[in-house]
Amino acid sequence: MKRSLIDILDFSPEELQALIDTANDIIANPAAYRDLCRGKKLATLFFEPSTRTRLSFEAAMYELGGNVIGFSEAQSSSASKGESVADTAKVISCYADIIAMRHPKEGAPLVAAMNASIPVINAGDGGHNHPTQTLADLLTIYREKGGFENLTVGFCGDLKFGRTVHSLISALSRYPGLKLYLISPEELKLPSYVKKEVLAAKNIDYVQTTDLEGVMPELDILYMTRVQRERFFNEEDYLRLKDSYILTPDKLQNAREDLCIMHPLPRVNEISVAIDDDPRACYFKQVLYGKYMRMALILKLLKEAGTL
Amino acid sequence: MNIDSISNGIVIDHITAGLGMRLYELLGLEKLDCSVAIIKNVHSVKLGRKDIIKIDSDIPVSLDVIGYVDPGVTINIIRSGELVEKKSIEMPEQLRNVIFCKNPRCITTTEQELPHVFKLTDRANKVYRCIYCETKAN
Repeated sequence: MKRSLIDILDFSPEELQALIDTANDIIANPAAYRDLCRGKKLATLFFEPSTRTRLSFEAAMYELGGNVIGFSEAQSSSASKGESVADTAKVISCYADIIAMRHPKEGAPLVAAMNASIPVINAGDGGHNHPTQTLADLLTIYREKGGFENLTVGFCGDLKFGRTVHSLISALSRYPGLKLYLISPEELKLPSYVKKEVLAAKNIDYVQTTDLEGVMPELDILYMTRVQRERFFNEEDYLRLKDSYILTPDKLQNAREDLCIMHPLPRVNEISVAIDDDPRACYFKQVLYGKYMRMALILKLLKEAGTL
Repeated sequence: MNIDSISNGIVIDHITAGLGMRLYELLGLEKLDCSVAIIKNVHSVKLGRKDIIKIDSDIPVSLDVIGYVDPGVTINIIRSGELVEKKSIEMPEQLRNVIFCKNPRCITTTEQELPHVFKLTDRANKVYRCIYCETKAN
């Protein structure tokens, strides 16, 4: 049966664990996966620019032996002629076996999934969801921390518009013993609906603070985020808030030896390059793990659709 | 104040006082040719005060709209002056083209043909969210 990944909660914790197991097996035995998608095509439909995510999907499909077709901006697609997302999804279903879609409008990948006859992966829809980033985050946490239970996680920066933050909080909230430190300026606090519908509903222990260094010794994981210019309607607000938190080596003085520092990338200046060589910096591993999770995801969805 | 009883039609009773006009608008009752009465602030033993809408025609009304605006109402179907059916209304699980997403970032703002669909996500607090962008309905 055809299935799509639009929201990280579309998959149960057991399904996420199975993806992690597959990704770990790919890391251990890449040769065994080299030809599994031979003759299959991934369509990357990117209606807004993205380097990392699109190349990660393409690398994932190539490493499975498959091929990639697609476009990387709306101007080079039929959307510039006024074609609807629904029609695009129906047309691409005739050419490819699976779709990865990024779109600036929230909900566009869901519309595609409702109209395509092949699986659709949400590769980011505006400020809404980005589930494959969450898959990368989960594999990173699993490999660095050995599991998801009893973790203390600090999210720092833009917690209001940061879609990766909302998705990862939703995913982690399904495991016991989670404690969160939500570190942000007042204007970029986690939206109240996430607090109410995720944290309060699941009885998650959380603290809101503006003090990063004060909570540093408590953290198993520090998830830094960029203040995103494209999410602001007002440039003045962006300029005022963009440098709220900059992680430098001196701020890590009281951090644990086994702290795992994560970032969905791209970074601007919120993590100093001086930290890149610190063994606690995990953000480039996160990129690599994202590719393995996308490989595992493509395999899962193609198998469930009966294509493999 | 007297409003004539109807012979064939619908009486929407036990509307929370103040919601009668909203229901009238969302049901599109202004488009009807028949007599429609909105009675506001009627004394009610159960509610204290309530609104009532009487429609003097046997037309289909959207139970989803009624359930969304005010799930406690009662629908009375009248035929030949007799009450033939009484229905209690519950909140619908899904609303299709009843309310519209106001999030400027939602795909429904650029794709005019898409139906506006909202899903009930929190029954206790009457929260509906757009299925595309998850924005809460006002």
